[in-house]
Amino acid sequence: MDDSIGPVGRPTARIGQAAQIARQGTVRLWLSRLVNSDAVAGYVLLLPTIAGLLLFSLGPVVASALLSFTRWDGLSAPVWTGTENYQLLLSDPVFWTALRNTAFYTVGSVVPSIALALLLAIAVNQKIRGVVFFRTLFFLPVVSPPVAIAILWGWLYNPQYGLINAVLDRLGLPLGQWLADPSTALPSIMILSIWNSLGYNMVLFLAGLQGIPQEMYEAATIDGAGAWARFRHVTLPLLSPTTFFVLVLAMIGAFQLFDYVFIMTQGGPMYSTLSIVLYIYQMAFQNFKLGYASSLAYVLFVIIALVTFVQFRLQRRWVHYE
Amino acid sequence: MSNVSATLPRATRRPPWAGVWRVLAYLLLLLVALSMAIPFLWMVSTSLKTNEAVFAVPPAMLPSPVQWDNYAEVFRVVPFALFGFNSLKISSLATLGTLISCSMAAFAFARLRFPGRGVLFAILLSVLMIPSQVTLIPVYYVMAQLGWINTHYPLIVPSWFGNAFGIFLLRQFFLTLPQELMDAAKIDGCTPYGVYARIWLPLAKPALATLAILTFINSWNDFLSPLIYLNDQSMMTIPVGLSSFQGLHNADWGPLMAAAFMGCLPMVVLFVAGQRYFVQGIVLSGLKG
Repeated sequence: MDDSIGPVGRPTARIGQAAQIARQGTVRLWLSRLVNSDAVAGYVLLLPTIAGLLLFSLGPVVASALLSFTRWDGLSAPVWTGTENYQLLLSDPVFWTALRNTAFYTVGSVVPSIALALLLAIAVNQKIRGVVFFRTLFFLPVVSPPVAIAILWGWLYNPQYGLINAVLDRLGLPLGQWLADPSTALPSIMILSIWNSLGYNMVLFLAGLQGIPQEMYEAATIDGAGAWARFRHVTLPLLSPTTFFVLVLAMIGAFQLFDYVFIMTQGGPMYSTLSIVLYIYQMAFQNFKLGYASSLAYVLFVIIALVTFVQFRLQRRWVHYE
Repeated sequence: MSNVSATLPRATRRPPWAGVWRVLAYLLLLLVALSMAIPFLWMVSTSLKTNEAVFAVPPAMLPSPVQWDNYAEVFRVVPFALFGFNSLKISSLATLGTLISCSMAAFAFARLRFPGRGVLFAILLSVLMIPSQVTLIPVYYVMAQLGWINTHYPLIVPSWFGNAFGIFLLRQFFLTLPQELMDAAKIDGCTPYGVYARIWLPLAKPALATLAILTFINSWNDFLSPLIYLNDQSMMTIPVGLSSFQGLHNADWGPLMAAAFMGCLPMVVLFVAGQRYFVQGIVLSGLKG
C-alpha cells in the first residue's frame, strides 16, 4: 500500500488522476496479495477436492442413508417407508447367506494369503538371487484385469477339460467339481483370491522386513537366540505394524468381493458364492429395488467400519510401535 | 543351482543349517513362481489351440497345430480394438485428471498454512474407509440426471475432483522436499501457484509417475463402474467387453483365452516397464499409513 505513488506531473492537473490511479493500484495490489496469500491459495488449490468430497463422497453417503429408508425404483419419486427395508433385510435368508459367504470368504482368503505372503517375503529377504524375477512373476496376477483372471480360472476349474482336474487325474488324486459344486465353489474362489493377492502382500511385508535394523538380530544372536526365537521375538513384533496394515487393507478389499463371482458363478450354484456386493448389484441394477439395495450397502458400510474399528482397538494388544 | 554350492563354504562357518534354509527358501519361491506362471502359460497355450485340441482329454501342453485364427476370431465377433481404444481413452483422461487434482491438493496440504487444514485432511482420510458401493446408487442417479448414462463421462469426470489415496501419496512425497525451496522462491516474488507449477511439480516427477501407473492400471482394470454405466458394445472398455464376449461365447475357450490374454498384456507390459515406480508406490502408500 505504501508504493502507490502516482505519476509525477503538474500538481494541480494531475492530482485527481493520480489519486484515482493510486486507488486502483491499491485495490489491485490488495487483491493480488489476497489471492496469493497462503490461505487463499490453499483453498483455491483444494477447490476440486472439496467439490469432489461433497459431490462424490459425503453427499452420496448422506443420500444413500436417506434412500435406505425408502422404496424406490429409480423412475418415480422415492416413497418413505421408515425402517421397512431393514426389517425386510433381517428376515431375508438370501441376505444372511450373502453375509455368511462374504465373512467366510474374507477370513478364508485373507488369513492364508497373509501367512503365505509373510513366508515368501522372509524367503526373498534371505539375500536371494533373482528377486526382481520372482517379484515380477508374483505381480502378474496383481496387475492383470480381474475379469481376465476370472475367465482364466473358470477355464482352469472346468470339471471336464480344465487343467486342474487333468493334473489331479495324472497324479491319481480324486477330481473336484470346483465351481459347479455348492460345497466347493466358494473355497475355489478363495484359492484364486489367495493366488491373486500374494504378490501385493509380499511386497508390503518385504518393505517392512527391510525396515528392521540388522543390529536387533545381532543382539538377539549374542543373547543366544536361535532362528525360531529370533523370528518369534524380533521379526514378528517389529513387523507387526506392517502386518496390521496389510490385514486391515486386505479385509476391506475382501468384503467387497464382486468381479470374480460376477464372472465365474453369478452367485451360484444355489447362492453358494453370492457376495454382499453382488447382491447389492442384483437388487439395484437388475431388480431396480434401489431403496433396498441402499440399505444393503449401508449394512456393508457399517460392517466394514465396525471390523476396522475393532482391529484398531485390538492392535494395542499385539502391534508394537517403536 | 550353482548358487547353492557357492554358499556352502560360508554355511560351514555359520550354523550348519543356514544353507538348508536357503535351499528351502529357493524351493518355496520356485514352487510359488511356478504356480503363478502356469495359469498364464496355460492361457497362452489354450489361446492358440483348435477347438478339438481344447477339448482333448488329457490335454496337450503345447498347441499343435497352432491356431492363430483365435485372435482374429475375437476381432470378428466383438469390436475388440474399439474396447482397447475406449479403455486407453478413459484410463488416460482419468489418470491426467487424478495427477492434476491430487497434486494441487497435496501441495496445499503439505506446504500451505490455512485455517481448517487439519480438519479437511482428517475428513479426506476418513473417506478412504467408505466402500464405493455405498455411494454407487446416489452417484448413478446424479449421472443419470446429467444424461451421462452410456457415455464415458461417469468414468472420467470424478477423477478430476481428487481422490484421498492419490492426495495422501503425493503429500507424503511433498513433505520430503525442503521447505527452503519454497521460502527462497517466495522471496524472489513467486506466488504459491508459481511455486506449485514451476518448482514442486517438476521435482515430484517420480511420485507423479508412481501415481500415474497405479491410477492407470486401476482405471483399466475397473469393472463395476463401466458395467453399470455402459450399455452399448461400442462404448465398452476391455473388462466389460471381455465379460460381454464371455456371455456370447461361453465355451469358445480358444478365442476367450486369446481375448483375456490381450486384456492382460498391456498391463503386464506397463508394469514391467514401470516396475520401480509401481513397487515404490505400494510401499510409500503402505508403510507411512
